[in-house]
Amino acid sequence: MGSQHPLIESLHSERIANTNLDAYRVGDTIRVHYKIIEGDKERIQVFQGQVIRKRRGGVGATFTVRKISHGVGVERIFPVHSPRIDKIELVSRGVIRRSKLYYLRSLTGKAARLKDARDKLGSSAAASA
Amino acid sequence: MNTNLGLVGRKIGCTQIFNENGTVTRVTVIECGPCKVVRKRTESLDGYSALQLSFGEKSAKNVSKPIKGYFAKSGVEGRKVERKGREVELLPEHLKELRLSAEDAAKFEVGQVLTVADMFTDGQFVDAGGISKGRGFSGVMRRHNFKGCQTSTHGTHEYKRHGGSIGTNMTPGRTMPGKKMPGQHGNKQCTQINLKIARVIAEKNLVLIEGSVPGAPDGIVMIRAAVKRGRHA
Repeated sequence: MGSQHPLIESLHSERIANTNLDAYRVGDTIRVHYKIIEGDKERIQVFQGQVIRKRRGGVGATFTVRKISHGVGVERIFPVHSPRIDKIELVSRGVIRRSKLYYLRSLTGKAARLKDARDKLGSSAAASA
Repeated sequence: MNTNLGLVGRKIGCTQIFNENGTVTRVTVIECGPCKVVRKRTESLDGYSALQLSFGEKSAKNVSKPIKGYFAKSGVEGRKVERKGREVELLPEHLKELRLSAEDAAKFEVGQVLTVADMFTDGQFVDAGGISKGRGFSGVMRRHNFKGCQTSTHGTHEYKRHGGSIGTNMTPGRTMPGKKMPGQHGNKQCTQINLKIARVIAEKNLVLIEGSVPGAPDGIVMIRAAVKRGRHA
């Protein structure tokens, strides 16, 4: 999405300002704490996996988290600015060479792992991450 | 005909909003009003009852003399602002008529200013009318959703996007009136009905309408209470 009409931007400025956009990158393994509303009850569900894509688009931006559940690949798309996201925990940073990790879909087991940024860059990088 | 209350607006664009429970709604943003009642059409004088509403502002130098004369006669006074050190008079940019029943029209005075807060509420159903995006002279596939040629083999030649037969030879021996054919598509008044208002933002004069609204961004649209949902649905 290109530049938006100022009136549309003004609708979303507050919500966008409340989101930490640098909390995670593509290739990171994260835990998304997502609020699930069932009837009048609310609980938190955690989805842990690798970020394989970040899509831009202002308030409509999304990111995709992929995990292997019982041997089956599961991908979940979250709106970046969703108020349902309670918090995002960073588990580990991955070393990547492209922005969209679609190639992981065709890989399984050991091949589908990403290098941990700590192993590659040394302990100093891990400390800053 | 829709004789429900409404307002003139300008389509700003489309976006999405998060609801309270975190779900996403796709909306069209309309800058709606404030509209001033310039004149009232009455049964006795004009043969129908309506309000003439003004919307937007433009520099008086871009208003034609006949329209300026009309404004002077109707008592429309321009707003004076300073632009680049010079005083500029701003006059209404658009005039639109809102057909109303005589009882409804009687509730409004000439000179009264109508805003979104007076007219619309969250969750209300409305009809949105405007000039649709022009697509020029279009073929039947784009204009009427014909399927085109179903096979491009078996000797078919230069017949991929045609509409097929337009009638029979002997009976009736002519093409029926209203047969769908290529022609001008879009750039025509049309109304999308039963759209839900997702949110009214009174301080910015905005209405967020679920779904799409006819026309391109910056187009003028008429938003009024839905005709098929009762008077105040």
